[in-house]
Amino acid sequence: MKKTIMKSAIGGLAAAGLMITATASYAEDTLRIVSWGGAYQKGQSLGIFQPAAKAMGITVKEDTYGGISDVKLMVKSGADKFDIFSSGAGSCASGAAEGVLEKLDYSVIDVSDHLPGMYSDYCAGADIFSVVAAYNTDTYGEGNGPKTWADFYDVEKFPGTRAMRNKVDAQLETALLADGVPMDQVYEVLDSEEGIERALDKIRSIKPHIAVWWSSGAQHAQLMKDGEVDMTTGWNGRFDVAKEDGAKVAYDWRSGIMDWEGYGIPKGAKNKDLAMKYIAEMMKPEYMAEFAKYITYGPTNGKVYELGLMEDSRARMMPSHPDNAKHQLTLSTEWYSKWRTIAAEMYTEMMTE
Amino acid sequence: MTIVDMEKPNERGLQQVAANERLTFFGLTLPYLLMVTALIVIPVGWLFYLSFIGRDGSLSFENYERMMKSKAYIRIFLTTFKISILTTIICAAIGYPLAYFMSQLSRKWANICMIGVLIPFWTSLLVRTYAWLVLLQKKGLLNNMAIEMGLISEPIKIVHNTTGTLIGMVHIMLPFLILPLYANMRAIDKDALKAASSLGATPTRAFWTVFFPLSLPGLLAGLLIVFVLCLGFYVTPAILGGGRVIMAAMKISSNIELYFSWGAASALGVVLLVVTGIILFIASKLVSMDQLGNR
Repeated sequence: MKKTIMKSAIGGLAAAGLMITATASYAEDTLRIVSWGGAYQKGQSLGIFQPAAKAMGITVKEDTYGGISDVKLMVKSGADKFDIFSSGAGSCASGAAEGVLEKLDYSVIDVSDHLPGMYSDYCAGADIFSVVAAYNTDTYGEGNGPKTWADFYDVEKFPGTRAMRNKVDAQLETALLADGVPMDQVYEVLDSEEGIERALDKIRSIKPHIAVWWSSGAQHAQLMKDGEVDMTTGWNGRFDVAKEDGAKVAYDWRSGIMDWEGYGIPKGAKNKDLAMKYIAEMMKPEYMAEFAKYITYGPTNGKVYELGLMEDSRARMMPSHPDNAKHQLTLSTEWYSKWRTIAAEMYTEMMTE
Repeated sequence: MTIVDMEKPNERGLQQVAANERLTFFGLTLPYLLMVTALIVIPVGWLFYLSFIGRDGSLSFENYERMMKSKAYIRIFLTTFKISILTTIICAAIGYPLAYFMSQLSRKWANICMIGVLIPFWTSLLVRTYAWLVLLQKKGLLNNMAIEMGLISEPIKIVHNTTGTLIGMVHIMLPFLILPLYANMRAIDKDALKAASSLGATPTRAFWTVFFPLSLPGLLAGLLIVFVLCLGFYVTPAILGGGRVIMAAMKISSNIELYFSWGAASALGVVLLVVTGIILFIASKLVSMDQLGNR
C-alpha cells in the first residue's frame, strides 16, 4: 500500500485522484464490481451485491461497464479499475480464451447445487435469462402472436414489422429453429460457414420486414412500448419490466433461447482472494431468490427451487423454471468462443446488404 | 561589385531584418507547432502503427486484409461518405438562403435570428437526437398529427432509416455551416453590389456575378467543416438509423468489442483518414481556394 502511494505521489498532481482510488482498492475489505446498469443492476445491487457485502462485513463499490472488451483493454493496459465483473457466459468464455481472466477456485466457490452447465472455469453462473420473440398484444391479441421462431419468420401468417439485434449473438439460432432444425442439432449445423450462411439466408428472407436492428435491452423494450415494431427478439426480463410499465407486450417460452450470466475476475486483480470469497457468498440461494423479485431472471442455484425460496407464481415466470426450460434451446458458449468473430462479420455483411 | 552595392545600399540590412522577422514569426508559431505535433502528429502516427499490429501483437496486414475480405467494410465506407455528402448538400441548400437573409437584416434583427441558430447548437446532441426519435417514430408526434389531419392513412417511415439520420444530422450540422458563411457574407462590401447595379446589372445578375463569388470562401469553409464532422458521426446515425445506417465510427467501436484489439479499429480510422484526405485533395484541385478569394 505504501508503495502505491509513493508511486502515485510521483505521478504528481494528475495522479492525486488516482491515489485515492488506488488506496481504496487495495484496502483489505473493499471490492469493486461492475455490471450493466439499468433494471438489471438495480436488481443485482438490492438483491445480491449489497446484502452479500453486508453479510461479509466488506464494502462493495458498484459501477457500470461496456462489456468484456473493457476487461480485456484494462488487463492489457495494466490498469486496475474493478475486481469483479458481471458478464454473459459467452463473453466470459471469449475473455478466457484471450487469457485475461483469473481461473475461479471452485474449492472456495461452492457450485455443487448449480443446475447442470451453469458455471465454467472462468465464470460462476448467477442468473439465467432467455432470448425470446416478443410481440405487441395490440397488433395480434394476447396469446395469438408468434409463439415459436417459425412464427416469427412467417411474414404471411404474422404480417408486421420486426426488430432483431444488431449483433449476431442468439440471432442465428432463431433462424435455424425457424428453418426446422431440431434443437439438439442447431449448433451442429452452425459448426461451419455454410451452416452460418444458411441461418443468414433465413434472416435475409425476412429482411424487408426488419424495421430496426436493436443495440440494447433498453432499446428493444422501448421499441415494444412505443409500438414502433410489432415483434422483436430480446431479453425476457426487459419485456416483463416493460409490461409492468404498461407496455402491450407478451412472449411465449417456446421461442426461448436460454443463456446465463455470471461473475468473473480480471487477471491480476489485486483483491483476488477476497473477490473469490465474495463470489462464493453471492452463489447462495437466498440472494438469487431476492434478485429474481426485481427482474425475471432465474437462479442458477437449484436450491432456490428445492428450498421453496420463491413463490410458485414468481418461479413460473423464470426462464429456468422446469416447465419453461423444457421448451428452450440452451445457448452454447463453446460455439461462441469458436465462431463468434467470424459469424459477427458475416452478420454485419448481411445487415449492410 | 561596388556598382551593385551602390545600387542596393541597404540590401544586407534588409536581409537581416527579414531573417529576424522570420525567426520571430517562427518563435510565435512554435507553441502551436508543438501542440499540433503532440496532439495530432504523434497520435495519428501511433494510429498508423497500431493498424499494422495483429491480434497476437506482431506486425501484420491482417487488419487490412479483413477489410478486403468482407464486403461490409466497403459498404460501411460508402454509407459514411453518402450520408456525409448528402448532409453537407442539404445543409448548404438550407443554410445558404438563411445566412443570406440574415446578412441583409439590420444588426439587431440578425442577432435575434442568430440566437435562433445558436440555441439548438447549445443543446446536447444526445437530447436533440432522442427528441427527433420521439417526433419521427411510427407513433410519434408527426405521424399522429398527419393521420389525424387526414393527410396520410398509414404512418410513414421517417426514422430508423437514412431519412431520419439525415434529418437529425442536418439539424445538428446546420450551425457549423451558417456561422462561417454568415461572417463571410457580413464582410462583403455592399458597395460592390451597388456598383454592379449602377452598371446596369439586374439584382439577380448582381447576386450571381458579384455576391455569390464573394461568399464562396465562407461557403466552402462551412461545407468543409460540416463534411469532415459528419464523417465521424456516431450517436445520431446509431439512434436514428435504427441499425440500417452503419457508419465508420460505429464499426470502429464494434471492432474493438469484436477483436479486443486497437489494431482492428485503427485500420478503419486510417482508411477513413486517407480516403478523406484524397477526396479533399481532389476537391481543392477542382476549386482552388486562393482563386476564389481573389476573384
